[in-house]
Amino acid sequence: MAKVTLKIKRYDPEREPASWWSEHALEAEPSERVLDLLNRVKWEQDGTLSFRRSCGHGICGSDSMRIDGANRLACKTLVSELGSAITIEPLLGMRVQKDLIVDLEPFFAAYRTVKPYFISNAPPPPDGRERLQTPAQRLRFDDTTKCILCACCTASCPSFWASSEYIGPASIVQAHRFIFDSRDEGAGERLQVAGETMGVWRCHTAFNCTLACPRGINITQAIGEVKRALATGRVE
Amino acid sequence: MTHHHQFDAVIVGAGGAGLMAALQAARLTNVAVISKMYPTRSHTGTAQGGIAAPLGNMEEDHWEWYMYDTVKGGDYLVDQDAAEILARESVEAIYELEHMGLPFDRTEEGRIEQRRFGGHTRDYGKGPVMRSCKSADRTGHMILQTLYQNCIKHNVRFFDEFFVADVLVHDGVARGVVAVEIATGELHLFHAKAVLLASGGFGRMFAVTSNAHSLTGEPVAALYRRGLPLEDMEFFQFHPTGIYKMGILLSEAARGEGGVLLNGRGERFLENYVPTLMDLAPRDMLSRFIYQEVAAGRGVDGKDYVYLDIRPETINRYGSAPGGRTVTAAELEEKLPDIIEMMRVYMGVEPMREPVPIQPTAHYAMGGIPTDNDGRVLAGPAHTVSGLYAAGECACVSVHGANRLGTNSLVDLVVFGRRGGKALGEFCRRADYAPLPPQAEAEAQGALAELRASRGRERVGTLRSELQRVMMDKVGVFRKAAGMREALSTVRALKERYTQIGLDDRGGTFNTDLLEAFELGALLDLAEVTAASALQRTESRGAQYRDDFPERDDTHWLKHTLAYCSEGASVRPTRGEVRFEAKPVVVTRFEPKPRTY
Repeated sequence: MAKVTLKIKRYDPEREPASWWSEHALEAEPSERVLDLLNRVKWEQDGTLSFRRSCGHGICGSDSMRIDGANRLACKTLVSELGSAITIEPLLGMRVQKDLIVDLEPFFAAYRTVKPYFISNAPPPPDGRERLQTPAQRLRFDDTTKCILCACCTASCPSFWASSEYIGPASIVQAHRFIFDSRDEGAGERLQVAGETMGVWRCHTAFNCTLACPRGINITQAIGEVKRALATGRVE
Repeated sequence: MTHHHQFDAVIVGAGGAGLMAALQAARLTNVAVISKMYPTRSHTGTAQGGIAAPLGNMEEDHWEWYMYDTVKGGDYLVDQDAAEILARESVEAIYELEHMGLPFDRTEEGRIEQRRFGGHTRDYGKGPVMRSCKSADRTGHMILQTLYQNCIKHNVRFFDEFFVADVLVHDGVARGVVAVEIATGELHLFHAKAVLLASGGFGRMFAVTSNAHSLTGEPVAALYRRGLPLEDMEFFQFHPTGIYKMGILLSEAARGEGGVLLNGRGERFLENYVPTLMDLAPRDMLSRFIYQEVAAGRGVDGKDYVYLDIRPETINRYGSAPGGRTVTAAELEEKLPDIIEMMRVYMGVEPMREPVPIQPTAHYAMGGIPTDNDGRVLAGPAHTVSGLYAAGECACVSVHGANRLGTNSLVDLVVFGRRGGKALGEFCRRADYAPLPPQAEAEAQGALAELRASRGRERVGTLRSELQRVMMDKVGVFRKAAGMREALSTVRALKERYTQIGLDDRGGTFNTDLLEAFELGALLDLAEVTAASALQRTESRGAQYRDDFPERDDTHWLKHTLAYCSEGASVRPTRGEVRFEAKPVVVTRFEPKPRTY
């Protein structure tokens, strides 16, 4: 057990218009997750503290937040990785609704613009079975299938901070997942969206997204591949 | 103020079952999906290992073998007409998912690759079979994403971050739901021709669980509070391989790829219990055997855990990989990337060099809202509620009986989500709106206002952890009458203390204090039903093991439990006792036999 202090950026529009900081002293095991600490604050000290969480092990993508200045999932960040003073803030560049909860509607709206669903006009095989795809074709887009839409990448992107109209890295990751799927026929439509003013060309390869991704997706590379497809007119 | 909506069909829950149902129903009628979280946060996304279907892409397989495994895995409490549907329709459901774009792993020939999974056998139990279709160890994630993507494609209407406070069922007819918009705290009244519940499980009643924080079962409790029965609630599955103390799941796929369980002496102890299937025996059995090893002093360092060992040298020493072939660390990393990362992140263990401490974790409710094979909710052993449907983990068809096979949760939600969604859509095409009762939302509104204003001395967190502890200790893997009576009286005392609760947050905006308090009320009711159902079933079957009744008793207990609240219809936690009724098990092809592996 070690003593840690959580410093949490708070905001509640029903209480006061400005944000403030609350501080909480806790005894914590090194193996505890930051989410465990937030839960203990909520359950034992201050029930008004609000944050999203669900699965608690890095898959559902609910508890993305800024922990000591980096976008991370609270359930995938252990006390042992941090110092004795931990600072927690909501994601940057998104409207804060309460405490650590940000408005994700614009994020999901941007996601929907890239047509994040399978498009194929060819009917499935006449025997009703699966479309064929080789392991190599499947591997081509494997990395971007891992995205959990947590928004850690988009909320770490300087281009997104500069212009919230930018569709952001998460949307491009989703576009990539379909553009490079050998079964999909919607690459043209998606590349058109990706090539617009608020599309991939806003990316200046800061690599923040790749560093922030809790799923370890090589986001900058995926964006680069979409740019290349746009520049060359070829998906390969 | 209350917002009013009218949709032909309202679906509660946006995991695999809810989204599958929404896609089906949306072809026939107008649909709204209400979800406590953004749909991609749903717990289906955490399912790891795979989804079964006898495609025969790797080796010979047949739906009859799969049906047999499901029935035997469920210790013969499975309704066999439902199991036949599951086994047959799994094949077209998998192809449908592939046609929707789901990125399955592939064989060299380009077909869907399959692997072994617990309890899935060839030729009626002769040995493991490769039946589980998968995307590495993130199959549930791919299913959830694919279904949500298709809902976007088909413009399904979502109400994200709304929780359901009441399901409006009057005179045997469903009429809608009352929900709270979490962002504002405002009430929304949904008037519908039909409602389908797909709210998932409620494993948060246990202290060590693989279940998400959000899995608290409010819609299930809502039906129980309204006088409808819950089926087979005593059967709760403990998955054998949860990360020690944390309960995070490490998929059976680890054992499907050759991983083995070892006791504190480094022995492959399952040789002594289930020599044919060993590490791929069903979950209920493995959880018991782990605790038996622990009780015999053969846990690791005398403690309450054993090891899951996926080191390549261990797998190769035992020849435990499929076909006895040799495996390398690189292959394992490719097949099990997420769980290997979880072992590293949460345990600080390097699984390619050392074994991983595991213990059983509360995982899956076999029981729930009784339905027929088209998702229609039952009001009793033989009659249904008009316009009310359920699918997925919250439902009990019953296709899992007393113990669910690995992969079958995903199969259940696509097969029965699909059937339920179709039935829901067809019902809406021919039915009219049943009128809402006057002030339909008033009762929920009153209960929530009272909760929000409460200033008692009891805290949600304290009551919940006491509940989780007593359920884990007394209504877990091993049960006996005295312990369950103690659990029941503790739960009832907690329900009493729940009336003395105090909240900190009185606001409307994202009042998660209120939400957690409401969720706790549902957990208390469902825990009471679980403990009472377990106590009245004086036998051991599947996931229910009783020290005081160690044998299965087909003469008296080859039947489903229906549990009702004995008094009142309310939106609040129940105050009456639990009353029981029996429902026969459908036996078609396979007569009950002793269950050995």
